[in-house]
Amino acid sequence: MGEAPQFFDEMDGFDGIVREPYSAYSDWLQEMSRPALLKKSAEAQAFFRRTGITFNVYGEAEADERLIPFDLIPRIIGAGEWANLVRGIEQRVKAINAFLHDIYHRQEIIRAGRVPERLIRENDAFLPRMIGMDPPGGIYTHIVGVDLVRTGPNEFFVLEDNARTPSGVSYMLENRETMLKMFPELFSHIRVQPVQQYPTMLRRSLERCGPPAADGNRPTVAVLTPGIHNSAYFEHAFLADQMGVELVEGHDLRVTDGRIAMRTTRGYEPVDVIYRRIDDDFLDPLNFRSDSLLGVAGIFDIYRSGGITIANAPGTGIADDKAIYSYMPEIVEFYTGQKPILQNVPTWRCAEKDALAYVLDNLEELVVKEVHGSGGYGMLVGPAASKAELRAFRAKLTAKPENYIAQPTLALSTVPVLTKSGLAPRHVDLRPFVLVSPEGVEVTPGGLTRVAMKKGSLVVNSSQGGGTKDTWVLKGD
Amino acid sequence: MLGRTAAGLFWLARYLERAENTSRLAEAGFRLALTRAESDTEEWRSVITTAGCQQSYLEKHETIRSDKILDFILRDKENPNSVLCAFHTARENARMTRTALTREVWEAINDAWMSVRDALRRPIPERDLPEILSLVRRQGAQVRGAITGTMLRNDIYNFIQIGTLVERADNTSRILDTKYYVLLPSSASIGSSLDNVQWEMILRSASAERSFYWLHGGTVSPPAIADFLIFDARLPRSLAFCYDMITEYLGRLAEEYGESTPAHELAIRQENRLTALNIARVFEEGLHEFLTSFMAQNAAFSAQIETDYRFNE
Repeated sequence: MGEAPQFFDEMDGFDGIVREPYSAYSDWLQEMSRPALLKKSAEAQAFFRRTGITFNVYGEAEADERLIPFDLIPRIIGAGEWANLVRGIEQRVKAINAFLHDIYHRQEIIRAGRVPERLIRENDAFLPRMIGMDPPGGIYTHIVGVDLVRTGPNEFFVLEDNARTPSGVSYMLENRETMLKMFPELFSHIRVQPVQQYPTMLRRSLERCGPPAADGNRPTVAVLTPGIHNSAYFEHAFLADQMGVELVEGHDLRVTDGRIAMRTTRGYEPVDVIYRRIDDDFLDPLNFRSDSLLGVAGIFDIYRSGGITIANAPGTGIADDKAIYSYMPEIVEFYTGQKPILQNVPTWRCAEKDALAYVLDNLEELVVKEVHGSGGYGMLVGPAASKAELRAFRAKLTAKPENYIAQPTLALSTVPVLTKSGLAPRHVDLRPFVLVSPEGVEVTPGGLTRVAMKKGSLVVNSSQGGGTKDTWVLKGD
Repeated sequence: MLGRTAAGLFWLARYLERAENTSRLAEAGFRLALTRAESDTEEWRSVITTAGCQQSYLEKHETIRSDKILDFILRDKENPNSVLCAFHTARENARMTRTALTREVWEAINDAWMSVRDALRRPIPERDLPEILSLVRRQGAQVRGAITGTMLRNDIYNFIQIGTLVERADNTSRILDTKYYVLLPSSASIGSSLDNVQWEMILRSASAERSFYWLHGGTVSPPAIADFLIFDARLPRSLAFCYDMITEYLGRLAEEYGESTPAHELAIRQENRLTALNIARVFEEGLHEFLTSFMAQNAAFSAQIETDYRFNE
């Protein structure tokens, strides 16, 4: 692939020598001709379009359903590497749940002076109505999608914790389905851990968090979606379908006899656990945003009285807030008593004077993010920005520094993608999916690998033209 | 099952059926235009009347013109009953009820939508019309095939079938009503070539011409056509067939749910009425009057289904 790469390539390392997890795959790849691979790639796109695995892009009326580009070179993680990631993820997710319980109860971490009170109190993601509330099973974040990036053989960083309603798990599953269909021979001689059990695990995990009102019976689970125009609607329908539960919208539900019930062809039937894919703000027009048409009037009161489980719990957003993120090392240590296994990306909080001065001085080398932003919107990648963009961002930063954090531009690892002219390295990240129940933490061996399809680009978000890859975790010996 | 899901399945089926009926109507109209020397605006007017969009067409276009009508009923985005819009609505309903459909059915609908959308992207030149109309029908057939071949015979399937049949009954009665005057026994004596062409158009609009000739050996008489399309329960687009099957599927629903509904009674009443009548009696009462009353009852039945199975809040 030309001159010595400055980035760590997960297939070829720094030195162009194929790394162990890729060895069997690489042998197979050598045998494949480029036209044959390109033909498979076209087949995969047609398959995705036919199955309707699309996402909606806000603000684009005509082409409102788009395919996320799928690249058929898998991202492969060795058993040993994975085991280490799992330990780090478990530790972090346990700490997040403990943190949420604490800040909605005694707030020990604030008393201990490890996290500033202002950061909680003045944070929109903090939900005062959750204070003193004990969610069923003591679980706040039933589903987490931790975003990881890699810069070297053993250097992994957590980029974001995604403790609200992480999306993308349907791509993990469909990408694998597609690979199995297209390259069955690969799976017969490379031992890849399966991911297809995820929906079953998700349902079981949700059922373990039934509310007191379920009274020991097998809980009825439903997925709550904003509807077919939501960008992730495909995933909502997919998960409901795979779990074998109802996919409901707000207007299918209402409060009846102290329960949340769904309108069926035979009358109203109570629901025990709601896997909601709508934001806190829209959950309950009586308790939160009164103009919400997506939620259910009164659901929060039913929740407080033990009539329903809401997953993830309202108010979890405080844990994946970008300003709180910078305190995660302290948070992990405070609740687990151990050093964090996974590293945080060094973060400058622009609300702090010194940090702001540093960020303004070094803007062209940093990545600056909005504290409450997501999806790659409203972010600046210094090294890739034009003079005018830098100038405009500098003004925004100076006007509202508390809205921003800054991080060094990481040398994200690359994995080859198939282009018309052959293989080419592209930057990737990784989102493993984590389920939490009173029985423990489960991490599905795999995840969503997002890949920046543009040469040199570090932005992997699908809303910004990023693609996906199948993620293989190899079986141990 | 959610009431909203039942609604989605019902309307998904109705819109698919509607798209297919409209394309059949376009085909009949087009064929008529080809086989006749001078253009006849009355025939094209009857096409938009049967398609239920005469008013909206005339709001947009001043004159009755075959190319404008074809464009309007096939691909106009402002006409909610155009083939393009009907397929779109069907697919939106399929997305909404995705969890109730098998993968095969969803893919067939998605595929149908994509092919139809691509085919109708630009105004259709006359030479491409037959191919495109046949594509629409083929796509509809593929969806139906996937439904029949892969769906469990439960409430989901029953709501889809009932939706299809209600739409079809409405369509067949509209085809008959638009042309009822050429079917009256008195018109048989005229027997002009004009009438022959009109009769054929009626049969073609209901995909019934082959079956009719097969049964009647080439002798066409207007009462026989009306009799065939209303009372012959062997013809899958006849009113009798539709209500035979609607009561059948409602019976299965009642069995599954353990209770019968007012809609079921309405359907049985309609079926009994069709069994008790014959074509001579219909002509005595008045064909137009009979059809008007049938369509009103069909609409009332559809509304009753929505209430009984809690389609809406």
